[in-house]
Amino acid sequence: MPASGQASATSLPIGSDADLAWVRQQVRQCAAQLGFGLVQQTKVVTAASELARNTLVHGGGGRVEITPLDDGRTRGLRMRFTDEGPGIRDLDLAMTDGWTSGGGLGLGLSGAKRLVHEFAVDTEPGRGTTVTAVAWVTPVPSSRTGVG
Amino acid sequence: MSQPFPASPQVPVLALGDILLVTLQGELHDGMAEQLQQDLTHRIAASSVTGVVIDISGVEIVDSFLGRVLAEIASTAGLLAARTVLAGMRPAVAITLVELGLTLPGLVTALDVDRAMELLSPREA
Ligand SMILES: Nc1ncnc2c1ncn2[C@@H]1O[C@H](COP(=O)(O)OP(=O)(O)OP(=O)(O)O)[C@@H](O)[C@H]1O
Ligand SMILES: [Mg+2]
Repeated sequence: MPASGQASATSLPIGSDADLAWVRQQVRQCAAQLGFGLVQQTKVVTAASELARNTLVHGGGGRVEITPLDDGRTRGLRMRFTDEGPGIRDLDLAMTDGWTSGGGLGLGLSGAKRLVHEFAVDTEPGRGTTVTAVAWVTPVPSSRTGVG
Repeated sequence: MSQPFPASPQVPVLALGDILLVTLQGELHDGMAEQLQQDLTHRIAASSVTGVVIDISGVEIVDSFLGRVLAEIASTAGLLAARTVLAGMRPAVAITLVELGLTLPGLVTALDVDRAMELLSPREA
C-alpha cells in the first residue's frame, strides 16, 4: 500500500441502525473533504452502507476504520470493516450477484466491490470477517493493487 | 441535532385525495423504513387510496436495503390495488444504483412529484 501516515484514522462502532447512519455521515464528510465528486461520494457512501450493514447483520456487529490516503498523486479513502462473527464459508458464493444466506438481495458484497477501486475480503469460519475497500479521487491504472 | 437519534422518528405521509404522498429525507434508519412499509400498507388497506407517490429527491443514497423496501412497498400496494410512483431520484443515486446492480424493475418512476401525480390522476375521457 503506497499510502502512508498523514491525517489520522477514525474508528467507529457498528452495533445498531443508528450506527449505520452515523457511519454513512462520517464517510460522506471524509470523502467530501478529500475532494471526491458528488457521484463518487454517493458511490463510496453506498458501498459503506452495504458493508456496514453486513458487519451488523451477518457479523453480529463490529467496527469500521476510516483512513484518508495520499499516495503523492491522488487522495483516497480506505474503509476497513471488522467483525468477529461467523465468517464466510464460501467467499466465491457470497461474492456472487444475487446470492444471499438470508432474506437480502445478495447485492451488498458484489455491488460494493463494483463501487470502489480496491476490494479485499479476509474471512475465516468461526473467526470473523474483515472487508477492506479503497476508493481514489481519480480512477487509477490497475497497477495499484493489494489493499492494506 | 440536539437529539441525535429519536426513538421512533416518523416519515411524513400526506393524503391528497386518493393519493398518499410520502416524503423521504436525509438519513433514513432501517427501522424507519420498515415502519413506513407497515404504516403505508395499513393506510392503503383501510382507505380508498389508489396511488402512492414516494418523493426521494431529498435522499442522498439508496442502498440494497432501502431499494428492497421501496420495491416491496410498491408490490404490496399493487396487491391492494394502489399504484406506486417513485419521484425525484437524484442522478448520482441513479448512477450508483445501476453500478450496485439494483435497477428496481417494476418500479414506476417520475422526474418529480408533479409528474408523478399526473401519472396517477385518472384521465378525462
Ligand atoms: N460480515 C459478514 N459476516 C458473515 N457473513 C457475511 C458477512 N458479509 C456477508 N456475508 C455473507 O455473504 C452473503 C452475501 O452478502 P451480500 O451483502 O452480498 O448479501 P445480503 O447481505 O444477503 O443481502 P443484501 O443485498 O441486502 O446486502 C450474506 O448473505 C452472508 O451470508
Ligand atoms: Mg448485505
